[in-house]
Amino acid sequence: MALLDITSLRVELPGTARPVLDGVSLTVAAGEVVALVGESGSGKSVTARAALGLFPPRARITGDVRVDGTSLVGGSAADLSAVRSGKASMIFQDPRAGINPVRRIGDFLTESLRLSEGWSKGRAEARAAELLTAVGMPDPPRHLRQYPHELSGGMLQRVMIAGALAAEPALLLCDEPTTALDVTTQAEILAVLGRLQRERGLGMLLITHDIDLAAATSDRIYVMYAGRIVETATAAELFAAPRHPYTRGLLESTPTLDGPLVRLTPVPGVPLGLLESTPGCAFMPRCRHATAGLCDQGPPPLETYGTGAATAACWRAHEPLHTQEAER
Amino acid sequence: MTNSDAVTGRTRLRRLRLLGGTPLVRISAVILVLFVLAAAFGPWLAPQDPTFGDLDNTLVGPSAAHWLGTDQGGHDTFSALIEGTRTSLVGPLAVVLSSTAAGIAVGLFSAWCGGWVDAAVSRVLDILFAFPSLLLAILAVALFGKGITAPVLAMAVAYMPYTARLVRGLTVQEKTRPYIAAYQVQGHSPVFTAVQRLLPNIGPTVLAQSTVNFGYALLDLAALSFLGLGVQPPTPDWGAMINQAQAAILQGQPLSAIAPATAVVVVVVAFNVVGEHLGDRLAGRES
Amino acid sequence: MSAGPGRVRAIARAALRRIAGMAATLLVTSFLVFSSLYLAPGDPVSFLIRGRSPNPAELVTLRHRYGLEKPFPVRYWNWLDGVLHGDFGQSYLFHQSVAAVIWSRLPSTLLLVGVSTLMIAVVGVGAGVVGALRHGTRTDSTVLLLVTLGAAVPSFVAAILLRSVLGVRLGWFPTIGNGTGTLDRLHHIVLPAIALSVTFMALVTRVTRSAMLDELRREHVEVALSRGLPRRTVVRRHVFRNALGPVVTVSGLLVSGMLVSTAIVETAFGMSGIGSLLVQSVDELDFQVVQAIVLLVVAAFVVVNTLVDLLYPLIDPRVAAAGSAR
Repeated sequence: MALLDITSLRVELPGTARPVLDGVSLTVAAGEVVALVGESGSGKSVTARAALGLFPPRARITGDVRVDGTSLVGGSAADLSAVRSGKASMIFQDPRAGINPVRRIGDFLTESLRLSEGWSKGRAEARAAELLTAVGMPDPPRHLRQYPHELSGGMLQRVMIAGALAAEPALLLCDEPTTALDVTTQAEILAVLGRLQRERGLGMLLITHDIDLAAATSDRIYVMYAGRIVETATAAELFAAPRHPYTRGLLESTPTLDGPLVRLTPVPGVPLGLLESTPGCAFMPRCRHATAGLCDQGPPPLETYGTGAATAACWRAHEPLHTQEAER
Repeated sequence: MTNSDAVTGRTRLRRLRLLGGTPLVRISAVILVLFVLAAAFGPWLAPQDPTFGDLDNTLVGPSAAHWLGTDQGGHDTFSALIEGTRTSLVGPLAVVLSSTAAGIAVGLFSAWCGGWVDAAVSRVLDILFAFPSLLLAILAVALFGKGITAPVLAMAVAYMPYTARLVRGLTVQEKTRPYIAAYQVQGHSPVFTAVQRLLPNIGPTVLAQSTVNFGYALLDLAALSFLGLGVQPPTPDWGAMINQAQAAILQGQPLSAIAPATAVVVVVVAFNVVGEHLGDRLAGRES
Repeated sequence: MSAGPGRVRAIARAALRRIAGMAATLLVTSFLVFSSLYLAPGDPVSFLIRGRSPNPAELVTLRHRYGLEKPFPVRYWNWLDGVLHGDFGQSYLFHQSVAAVIWSRLPSTLLLVGVSTLMIAVVGVGAGVVGALRHGTRTDSTVLLLVTLGAAVPSFVAAILLRSVLGVRLGWFPTIGNGTGTLDRLHHIVLPAIALSVTFMALVTRVTRSAMLDELRREHVEVALSRGLPRRTVVRRHVFRNALGPVVTVSGLLVSGMLVSTAIVETAFGMSGIGSLLVQSVDELDFQVVQAIVLLVVAAFVVVNTLVDLLYPLIDPRVAAAGSAR
C-alpha cells in the first residue's frame, strides 16, 4: 500500500472556468522521494495540501486521497486529525509567514505535542530541543526562547522542518521549501532535508517549479500543468527523453553550467488561468507542436510510452522525437 | 419646479449613475440630496412656523395638521425638523471645510519640507489628537459663551490633525513618484507642483475621509446643542429639539424627540455609506 | 527572557524614553489648557470671578496664577505647581475646592465608564469575533449592519431611545439619577452604560472583525491546522491572539471619547458625575472647574495611551525590537 495515494482527484471552485485539479493521480511509497513540478497556478500546492485534507473553502471534491490507507476526502474530523498529527506533515514555503510572529519558537514546536497529545511542558520542550539539534541548530535552549523575528530565514526554515517532524510523520510534504531562501541557504536546507529523509526513511513529496532541483533530489518526477499531470518518469528518464512538449520547454528554459552555451528558449505565453479553459489539451495555446484537429479534440490521457513506467499526456507523444525536432 | 431645477435634477441623476455602487449607496446619496434641498429651501418647504407654540395642541400625535405631532410647547415637529436641517448641516459643513483646508495646508507643508519641520509638526499633531472635539467645543463655550461660532472653530482645530496626517502620509508617498521629480526638473516652483499637480491626485482620498468626518462633526454639534450649549432657541436645531423634547418623552409622547433623532442617524449613516463607498472606489482604482 | 541582560536593558531604556515623552506631552497639554483662559475676552481674573465675590485670600491666589501683572512663564509655573499639589482652585458654585468637588463626583463616573468598558469589551469584541468567524453568512451581514447603525447613533440618541422605550414605556429600568445602595446603583447604571457604549461598541466590533479577518488569512494559521490542532484551538491561540494588537490600540484611543460622552449621558439621565459637572460648570460660568476637568480628561488620554504603548510589546514582541520609534 502506498504511503500517499491520490486517485483521480478533481477539485472545483465556484466561479471558475476549469477545475483547479482535474483528475490528478499520484503515489508516494514509503521511503521514496517524489517531486511534483509545475509553474505557479498549475495546482501543485493544492495537490500537496490535499494530502493533509486541507482543501480550499467552498471546493467541490471528487476522487480520493489516502494517507497510509486513511481516506481524507469526506473523512471524519478524527481521521483528519489522526493523519495531520501523526502520519503526514508539511513544510511551507515561507517560514516567516508560516510561524506565528507573536509566539516563541518553543511554543511553535511544542504546541501540537502539548495540546493534541497531552504531553507535559518539560517533555515537549526536551523533544523540541532534540528536533532542533536534528535540523542542525546550534543552541536549542536559547532558540526555544526566541521569537521568529530574531532568526534568519534559513534558521526559520530549519525550525519549520523541526516542527514538521515533531509528530514523527511517515510522509513529509515540502511545498517549495527553498524558494523563499537565498541560494547558499537553499543548499543547506536541502542537505538537511535529504539527511533527515534518509535517516528516518521518510516518504517525501517535493513541490517545486525548479525541474533541476527535482532531478537532483527525487526518485520520480510528476510534471503538472493547468491542474493535470502531463508527464511522469524517473529523474533519469525525464532528463534523457522528455516526452511532453511542456517538460521539454521547462528543460530548455533553465540555464545549465555544463555543456555548450545555448540560447535559452522560454516557453511562450502564460499559464492557463482559472478563468480560462480549453476544449482539448490545456497546453495547446503554447505548444509549438500543436496540431488543429488533433490537439483540440479533448484532454489527452496519460499513457505509457517506451519500455519503462514513464507516462505522458500528449496526443503526439507516440511520434518519434526526430519528427518533432524538425518542427523547431 | 422651475426649468433650471428640472435640469439640475437630470444632471444629478446622471451623476448618480456614474457614482455607481450598491443600491444602498444610491439611496444614501439621494437621501443626502433631499436633506441638502431641505437645508436650502427649508423655510419655504415647512408647512408651519416651528417657533409658533400652539398651546391648545401640545403633545399631539401625528395628525393631518401636524404630520409628526407637536412637542410640549405646541411646536409642529415636522416644520421644526425641516427648518432645523439648515442649522444642523451648516455647522458640520463649516467644520469640515475649514479643518480640511487647514489640514491640507499643514499636511502638504509638513511633508514637503521634511526633516525637523516635519518631525516638529508631527509632534504638535500628536498633542492635538489628545483633545477630543466635543471637549474643545465645550471649552470654547466656556470661554466665549453659548452659540455655534466658537465651537465650530474649536472643532475645526480638533479635526484638522486627522486630515493633516492623512495628507502628510499621502504626500510623503507621492513625493517619491517620478512625475513630481519631472515637474521640479522642468523648473516649476514647489508650490505650483504641490497645489496644481499633487493635490488633485490625493484629493479624492481626502474627500472620502472628509465625507465621513462630516458625520462625526454633525454628531458632535448635535450633542453640544443637546447639552444646551450650542444652538440656542428659538433657532430650530435637531440636537436642541431632542433636548427640549425630553419632557415629552417622560410624558409618553416621544415623537418630537424621535423624529430629529432619526434624522441625525439617517444623515450620519448616509454620509458614512457614501464616504466609505468613495474610499472603496478609490482604493479599487489605485490597486 | 531570551537573549539576556542586553535585551532587558534595551527595553528599559525604550520604556524610560517613552515615559519621558509622556511627561513632555503632559507638560505641553497642560500649558495649552492653561493658556486657553487667555483667549477669553477681557481681564482673566475678572473673567474667572464673574459676578461673584471671593474672599481676599482667594483673590491673591488668582492673581498669583492668572494675573496679567506677572510674566507668563511665572503664571504658568504657579498654576502648574498648584495643580501638581492637587490644587485646582475654587469652585464658586459649590463653595468648595475644585479638587473636592471633582473627587466627590468621580466614583459615579468611574462606575459608569467601568461598566461601559466591560460591555464594550464583551459585546464589541465578541460581535467582531463572531462576525469574522461567520464571514459571508447572514450573521456577518447582521453584524455589519449593526456596526453601521451603531456608529451613527450618538449617545444622546441612544439615551432618549433607551429612556423612552425601556424606561418609560416598559418601565424596566429607572430613568433618572444614580440610585442608592449597590444593587440600586447598578440598576440605575444599566441604561446610561448602554447609551454610553453604543458608538464605541460599533467601533470596537469593526476593528476586531477586521483584524480577525486579516489574521484568518495568514499562513501560520494554515500551518497550525496542518499539524492537526482543532480549529477552535487555532482560532484562540493564533487568530484571536494576533488580532489583539489593533483592538488594544483602538481601545486606548476611545478613552477620551468615552469620558467626554459621560457629559451627555449623565446630563440625559440626570446623574451626578464628572460629565454633568462639566456641563453645569459651563452653564454657571465656573471656569476653574471646567479647566480642571479638561486637564484631567486630556491627561487621562495621554497616560492611558502611553500605558498601551508600553504594554504593547507584550502583545507583539516585534514592536519591542523596533524600539520606541513612533
